[in-house]
Amino acid sequence: MRASEHVSWFAEIGLNDRPHIGGKGGSLGELQRAGIAVPPGFVVRTGAFEHFVQALERKSPVRAPVESLNPEDLPAITACSKALRTRMEEAALPPDVLDEISSAHAVLCGDDVRHAVAVRSSATTEDANDASFAGLQDTYLWVKDPSQMLRMVRSCWASLYSIESISYRRKRGYSEAGVAMAVVVQTMVDARTAGVMFTRSPTTGDRSVITIEAAWGLGSSVVGGEVTPDRWVVGKVTGEISVREISDKIIQHVPASAGGTETVSVANELRRAACMSDEELQALRTIARKVERHYGCAQDIEWAVDRHTGEILLLQSRPETVWSAKDSAPAARAAENPLSHVMSIFGGRR
Amino acid sequence: MRKPTKPKGFPLPSTLQVIPGTERAQVAYPYYIQFSEADDERFWFYNSMHFPEPMSAFDMVTAEAAYCALGSANTRVHCLPTTLGIDHRIINGRVYIGGNAVTDPAEIARRTEQFQKRAFYYYENWERLYEQWRKKMLALIKDAQALPKPELPEFEPLANVHAGRGVASNHYLLDTYQRTLEGYFRMWHHHFEFLLLGYGAYLTFFGFCKKAFPEITDQTIARMVAGIEAEIFRPDEELRRLARCAVVLGVDAKFQDGLSAEAIIKSLQEAGEPGREWLMELETSRNPWFNINVGDGFYHYHRSWNDDLSMPFAGIPEYVRRVRAGESLERPVKKLQTERHQLIEDYRELLGTDEERAAYDQMISLAHRVFPYVEGHKFYCEHWYTNLFFNKIREFGALLATNNFFSDAEDVFHLTHYELEAAIIDLMTSWSSGSPPRGPAQWPKLVAERRAALKEWAKHETPPALGPVPDVIDDPAIVMLWGITRESLETWLRADSDEASNEIRGFAASSGVVEGPARIVKSVAEIGRLQKGDILVCPITNPTWAPIFQKIAGAVSDIGGSMSHAAIVAREFGLPAVVGTGNATARIKDGQRIRVDGGRGVITILQ
Repeated sequence: MRASEHVSWFAEIGLNDRPHIGGKGGSLGELQRAGIAVPPGFVVRTGAFEHFVQALERKSPVRAPVESLNPEDLPAITACSKALRTRMEEAALPPDVLDEISSAHAVLCGDDVRHAVAVRSSATTEDANDASFAGLQDTYLWVKDPSQMLRMVRSCWASLYSIESISYRRKRGYSEAGVAMAVVVQTMVDARTAGVMFTRSPTTGDRSVITIEAAWGLGSSVVGGEVTPDRWVVGKVTGEISVREISDKIIQHVPASAGGTETVSVANELRRAACMSDEELQALRTIARKVERHYGCAQDIEWAVDRHTGEILLLQSRPETVWSAKDSAPAARAAENPLSHVMSIFGGRR
Repeated sequence: MRKPTKPKGFPLPSTLQVIPGTERAQVAYPYYIQFSEADDERFWFYNSMHFPEPMSAFDMVTAEAAYCALGSANTRVHCLPTTLGIDHRIINGRVYIGGNAVTDPAEIARRTEQFQKRAFYYYENWERLYEQWRKKMLALIKDAQALPKPELPEFEPLANVHAGRGVASNHYLLDTYQRTLEGYFRMWHHHFEFLLLGYGAYLTFFGFCKKAFPEITDQTIARMVAGIEAEIFRPDEELRRLARCAVVLGVDAKFQDGLSAEAIIKSLQEAGEPGREWLMELETSRNPWFNINVGDGFYHYHRSWNDDLSMPFAGIPEYVRRVRAGESLERPVKKLQTERHQLIEDYRELLGTDEERAAYDQMISLAHRVFPYVEGHKFYCEHWYTNLFFNKIREFGALLATNNFFSDAEDVFHLTHYELEAAIIDLMTSWSSGSPPRGPAQWPKLVAERRAALKEWAKHETPPALGPVPDVIDDPAIVMLWGITRESLETWLRADSDEASNEIRGFAASSGVVEGPARIVKSVAEIGRLQKGDILVCPITNPTWAPIFQKIAGAVSDIGGSMSHAAIVAREFGLPAVVGTGNATARIKDGQRIRVDGGRGVITILQ
């Protein structure tokens, strides 16, 4: 794992490197640094993208035409997007970039060149924490072939020029020069169970509970809302499981043999069975506390349980945005006379 | 299927009938606690928390003395801003109580000024006043212990005559009786000297936690505040200690399930030096820690462990087995302290701002300051003192029974405390005049009538509340002591229409899920029916039932909050418990399989 210009391994990076590795890459590196298990992988740095775009620019302009688009002119945006994405997906990678990514991929996959990887876009803009924007970028799962992997890297880059992304930037008047994209390549987890957890209550904003939602198979069924997940509320400090809702989980997402994923039915006896044991929920709690402490704020975490090893791996962690944005008045303020607090009980209604 | 519910009130007191055939027993209670017409205007609720069974004529003194003292503290001593005292009424042996809210803002302001001069002084000087309280309380106990046994010799003892006492023995009957009664009323003043202030400080912290952490469980807050070495844990700890002693002394084989306490003690007396040593250890434990009642101490038949060793002895064989299996059975005090400290620190860290943390620190430190009293007073008041009191009355019962007033000493508890004084004066007069007392012709018939009435009353359910439902229960005393809120009343009102549902809801008292057969235990006398693995379903659980807590699989009660002693002990035993269900004893049938989810506060009837 030699340091290289265009590729960084998770162990080498952290949140401070975000301008070059994007939010997702920074988060995965940071998690690994904090001692949290994540599926191993590397980041194709923004420099590689820049290198690639410059090669394209030399043939014909890329950024200038985008910057001149009128945000209201949807037909023009559509045409521009289509042309640019095709160019990006079809263009060859600069040789040094190609070389570095291929050798990192080889190291990641070891003997098994068809080892499945995820290729995930990792945006660098300030809005990377914005869930609405995060959703605009692409992720490709169960990519099983080196050349396909390379194509997906280009697709991630190209996704910066989707109609939605261009419109988003144009509406906000962002400079195209600053637009860059890093790409995460990491091994896939063959998940027995996967899901999401919030380190505060999504319904009340309570910071003392962790809400966990999970279903059988890959987490995409939970994130995509295709299955009603099992749901638990666990006391962050006490570990007490105060809510257990076990749902009828009709389908699950599993890796398809040809690559990608497919939707299959859940075996009858598993449909209404809890997809996490209490011990696993407690392990998630420990991880959630560690991650939250590390970041110093509430987190929205995607995770999976490896079908073969039983290990819990984090796929993503980002700051919780809903409640932190509307934090309300303090429950109480320190009083000059500490005894005056009792008037809340004895003083009658206010 | 739930029927659509329309808001409704509870029956009016005037519509509540005295059960036919018991009218004479009903009028035995004094006029001032009979329902009157004006009472229809007010809201009342059945205090099944403290008085889950019909009250005998004498036991009513507990309600009277307690409300007299509670009201004095609230109304006149600490001047609670929004409430005066509590009124009580008795019908069919059931005690109904009603709060007395202060609603006029000017009056609240006037009382607030007084309250802060008084209550704040108590908070500021809590440790000193509490230490003084313990001394007062122990002195009161000593006085009660020193009261002579009521006796009437045929002739005045010669020593008294030669000493020129000049006051004959019959006078001391009245003197002892009045001092006994006076001590009981005084004890209840001590009981309420700190109680509301203590609960209020705890609830201040509780309210803060609920606001800062909307999903925190009541139990977690309780764990942050509860003492580690509170008196409440001592009686059970003594049993564990005695089990260890038995093993160390090699007399553990004497403790077999099913053997009576007498049989075990007899076999130990015959077991030579080790047996005698264990019995000495028993005496150490008994004084004072076996002065604990098998109930809440509000009824004369809530006998203490000292009076009836069967309860503590029932718990020892299981403890002995566990000691033999290598368990130390010692409460890991250091570990519990560290855990509690960590819990407090962890929640503190989760608060949003330093400002909130500072408020949290202020509130929890006050809660910790008051809590030793909140947890400790019951042992001295409701257990130790009450036990002395009822036993003294029992001695009067024995004397009167000897003089043919009753066939049994226990009959004395069918007389009100006024009637008992009359009976004592009757006996004094007869002793002095030399004529037979009138009591033997007066009391046996009344006692029989009242005994039958109590039996009849116990067969009938009584409404949980009476009268119009108030918009809001704003009386801190009622919220604190009975956990009654507008929401809990809604639950009671809904109870009828929910009969078809197989779920019963209450307060989550101690987490964990368990299934098992329900054992309905409405009075202490039925405790013997509990089998290992049963789920106890009772009107109110009691900490002194601790020895059976190791036998049962879970506990459910009609009344109680998450700070009730039952909840504390259930948590200590790691036993799933749901309290304050309102009507579990009525809805669950004995032997039915039920599931108790103590974390969610839900009971499911499975069959």
